[in-house]
Amino acid sequence: MKVLVPVKRVIDYNVKVRVKADRSGVDLANVKMSMNPFDEIAVEEAIRMKEAGTATEVIALSLGPTQSQETLRTALAMGADRAIHVVHEGDLEPLAVAKMIARIVAEESPDVVILGKQAIDDDANQTGHMLAGLLGWAQGTFVSKVEAANGSLKVVREVDGGLESVMLTLPAIITVDLRLNDPRYASLPNIMKARKKEIAKRTPDELGVDVTPRLKVVSVEEPPRRKSGIKVDSVGELVDKLQNDAGAI
Amino acid sequence: MAILVYAEHDNQELAPATGSAVTAALEMGGDITVLVAGSGCGAVAEAASRTAGIARVLLADEAPLEAQLAENVAPLIASLAPDYSHVVAPATTTGKNIMPRAAALLDKQQVSDITAVVAADTFVRPIYAGNAMATVQSTDDIVFVTVRTTTFDAAEEGDTAAPVETVSGAADAGLSSFEGAALSGGERPELTTARVVISGGRGMKSGENFAMLEEVADILGAAVGASRAAVDAGYVPNDYQVGQTGKVVAPELYLAIGISGAIQHLAGMKDSKVIACINKDEEAPIFQVADFGLVADLFDAVPELKTELEQRGIQPR
Ligand SMILES: Cc1cc2nc3c(=O)[nH]c(=O)nc-3n(C[C@H](O)[C@H](O)[C@H](O)COP(=O)(O)OP(=O)(O)OC[C@H]3O[C@@H](n4cnc5c(N)ncnc54)[C@H](O)[C@@H]3O)c2cc1C
Ligand SMILES: Nc1ncnc2c1ncn2[C@@H]1O[C@H](COP(=O)(O)O)[C@@H](O)[C@H]1O
Repeated sequence: MKVLVPVKRVIDYNVKVRVKADRSGVDLANVKMSMNPFDEIAVEEAIRMKEAGTATEVIALSLGPTQSQETLRTALAMGADRAIHVVHEGDLEPLAVAKMIARIVAEESPDVVILGKQAIDDDANQTGHMLAGLLGWAQGTFVSKVEAANGSLKVVREVDGGLESVMLTLPAIITVDLRLNDPRYASLPNIMKARKKEIAKRTPDELGVDVTPRLKVVSVEEPPRRKSGIKVDSVGELVDKLQNDAGAI
Repeated sequence: MAILVYAEHDNQELAPATGSAVTAALEMGGDITVLVAGSGCGAVAEAASRTAGIARVLLADEAPLEAQLAENVAPLIASLAPDYSHVVAPATTTGKNIMPRAAALLDKQQVSDITAVVAADTFVRPIYAGNAMATVQSTDDIVFVTVRTTTFDAAEEGDTAAPVETVSGAADAGLSSFEGAALSGGERPELTTARVVISGGRGMKSGENFAMLEEVADILGAAVGASRAAVDAGYVPNDYQVGQTGKVVAPELYLAIGISGAIQHLAGMKDSKVIACINKDEEAPIFQVADFGLVADLFDAVPELKTELEQRGIQPR
């Protein structure tokens, strides 16, 4: 089984983001960038499939600026076999990303595409499902467990009410949730080896995808701040405040 | 303008999330049709028809729709959507799962998880775990939107029932099949609609210790939630998780017990009306958003809290 894993370069989850003064977006200058945490889980799952003998090849794919190469190097160091970089310097929306991944799928014919459930920058939660729609494939979203079962995949999904299990025919897409696995750290020798692995370069033009945004960003603002609260000295005082000052209980 | 709203339900009951999506649709303005897709879900359609402000209900009651698999529901939505200017669904796991697939089938870019309607084509949505609020304008001719249910009150029940029309022709795409569910359920109020939420974090140390929170929850009529760390550690099931990538809640009162207040957690609860916390580390970031913070060991403070509430005769509201 061949596995394709799209990985996005995003602001590191530990960074406190700042809105730009001109309200056009978020300030990304000189901030730490990393692989989207859900995508690390996706890469880990693909590598485990390879280690278990279910997968034969793991291809990492990133769409974005030149520096997305670093994200691909991380995926290669974790254990991906090779990588594809679709170079684009502006914003990319999930639909455009899904269309370009669909083109790569047509060229590479993977059996499974494993994506993150959501990118922690746009919090869109769309790309995998859009890709599945475009390809006419089965989709397993918010997945916390995957089992290969002759020609199908059995997945457990984290849903609002608890867990749900669904059987997917192959080929299929999967979007991963937090509980699927704990991604590994790349070892130093593997980081060195990853430097020699191949990263093929592509462009949206070559893939024939129009990436013009459909959504116009009118403004980006700081969220409303909460009024600063107080510290209370005892449980009695806490309950008193909740009951008499806030009227919350 | 005509708006199609996707109803959230379990084939038996209409979920309040539907009402929130209707309210958002009413703010966009236009003739509202509620789509109830499922199997054996006639009672849901009837309940939906009593929502104030809607024009009609479409009932798609067919076996392939029973589990609301995206592979089967998305083509139905895509076939209906060209008659509408907007397709709106609550940002529940069902809505999140189905809508992007339907949007892609029609080559539309969805707007996810909106918190405000500025104009019929312009919406506010949180990005970066709610650390920034983006106002975006859609240029698509059919606007696909999912709605953050906590920021829109559920539409009221109306005096008259809207007509229910049947749509048929849903097919099994043959791509996936539903195997079963393990739902947490229980007697307690649902996390996203509860008036009071009490959540525990890594500081709870074990699943057994969550019994302390449940005792307090019983007194307050509260739902119980958790941080990711508490879920990852296996103290409580996944559907307890509050945060950027879990559930978003905005109750009248949120009690955070042994939770540090990472941005990913705050993203799911900082719109609560009143926030109180108990944490032994006075530097914990949770204190920056709490209206009332108590620096204390939770293993002393929570049992004391229970006693104090009992002594004052506090009851669920
Ligand atoms: C991609 C991604 C998505 C995420 N999504 C979410 C999400 O949706 N929701 C979420 O919650 N997190 C999420 N996280 C995780 C988040 O970053 C934090 O790691 C998590 O919220 C921490 O949980 P916690 O506060 O319970 O644990 P900790 O940060 O370990 O805090 C425990 C707190 O308990 C206190 N404590 C310990 N013992 C006691 C005691 N006896 N009495 C009183 N206080 C005590 C400590 O002082 C500490 O403040 C996500 C992270 C990533 C990378
Ligand atoms: N620019 C990109 N490059 C590679 N993968 C992406 C990109 N954008 C989104 N994805 C994938 O789609 C998932 C969901 O993203 P989103 O729909 O934006 O929340 C991510 O976790 C990635 O796996």
